Amino acid sequence: MFKKEVVIVGGGPAGLAAAIEAAKAGAETLLIDENTKAGGQLFKQIHKFFGSRAHNAGTRGINIAKSLLEEAENAGVELWLNSAVIGLFKDKKLAVVRIGRPEKTTLIVEAKNILIATGASENAINFPGWTLPGVMGAGAAQTMINIHRVLPGNRVLMIGSGNVGLIVTYQLLQAGCHVAGIVEAAKKIGGYGVHAGKVSRAGVPFYLGHTIIRAEGENDQVKRAVIARLDHNFKPIEGTEKEFDVDTVCIAAGLRPLTELATMHNVRHELIPELGGWMPLHDANMESSSPGIYVAGDSAGVEEANAAMDEGRLAGVAIAQSLGYLNESKAEDLKAEIRSRLTALRQGSFGEKRLSAKLKIIQMGSAL
Amino acid sequence: MRIANHPILGPALETDLICITVDGKELKAIKGEMIAAVLLANNIRIHRFTSKRKEPRGIYCGIGQCTDCVMVVNGKPNVRTCITPVEEGMLIETQYGYGKKGEIDV
Repeated sequence: MFKKEVVIVGGGPAGLAAAIEAAKAGAETLLIDENTKAGGQLFKQIHKFFGSRAHNAGTRGINIAKSLLEEAENAGVELWLNSAVIGLFKDKKLAVVRIGRPEKTTLIVEAKNILIATGASENAINFPGWTLPGVMGAGAAQTMINIHRVLPGNRVLMIGSGNVGLIVTYQLLQAGCHVAGIVEAAKKIGGYGVHAGKVSRAGVPFYLGHTIIRAEGENDQVKRAVIARLDHNFKPIEGTEKEFDVDTVCIAAGLRPLTELATMHNVRHELIPELGGWMPLHDANMESSSPGIYVAGDSAGVEEANAAMDEGRLAGVAIAQSLGYLNESKAEDLKAEIRSRLTALRQGSFGEKRLSAKLKIIQMGSAL
Repeated sequence: MRIANHPILGPALETDLICITVDGKELKAIKGEMIAAVLLANNIRIHRFTSKRKEPRGIYCGIGQCTDCVMVVNGKPNVRTCITPVEEGMLIETQYGYGKKGEIDV
């Protein structure tokens, strides 16, 4: 059995940022990721981030990932790739399946502190034909074009106009796909105006107040999609159907936290719809109801990569403090700085809802 | 189809090609890329058929979470093709139910 001071599950923006902080402070830190490469979903974010300079404005996600990987290496973070955490038992023991050294082996790792930074999973929506090959998550299409450099199809219909739907639409155009339209059930576009403007200028039509009612297949794959206008009860109106000759339907219907490991440890969860559904509660240090188990990033409430990195840093500092690697005044200074950055990220018409939901989580989480 | 030129990522790099077999047909793959990517590059989008209703399934999440894209790889069923890299000589087969065609009756 391996013993570690800090084990971080998930090498995306939250996990990497946390690992860097903990290791920099001197804690023995192991980062576990099931993929062949750490970085999470940052590598598919080839667009420039915006916001303030403290939040990587003007830097592409892919470059943020590269510098995080470099920082983690310099800080002395131990990295287990191709390694899936399949269980979290009492006494903070983790079961890890490691692939290919040289064979698949299952190991037990005991940790003083664990950070769960497992990210989120895309929501699906059900309609006749939604399981046909060619219907996929918008994030899946983004992975195919930006990481694997293959087209998911030639003609795409995007369902959902939040930031993921808008950004992936633009990136599908950059990759060489035709996007036949963006379908949105609400009466207005969900994501930022700057992203909507880009796809609009590129000639992609929006179908607001519409939903997909079916995908039709030929030879077991998507051949066309049918949408319809919605009435005020969100029911499709007969006679308003529109048909699209597409081979791919992308679903951008939001994400939900991946919290299986937290539930295995009986971490207290609550339903927080503003941040994606069921999620673990945590206090102002990102610590859950189980002492020594921390959560950060999308698995602690779906936001975006900058918030994930700062939540990770917050958890990393708090863990280092609990282990005695940072004295109280140093740690509290660092945490105050990170918390104010997080508050700054949660402003504006899009951020305020997230801010109040996060305050609710922290309030409930601190009372445990 | 592969993306040869990308406005942000630039031209595709020259890479080592390896050989894999998909349902008896030989395909060229880029060393280290995921199985699902090679299939898509060759316009293969059906990865398996479900056991009860024999319905086709392909890539859904693309990052190893949903398990919709599993196939039989080197004789082993339920391999997540979106996060499994290709290897020289790899044998990949469409999965029927829980295994190869006709192998497991359900």
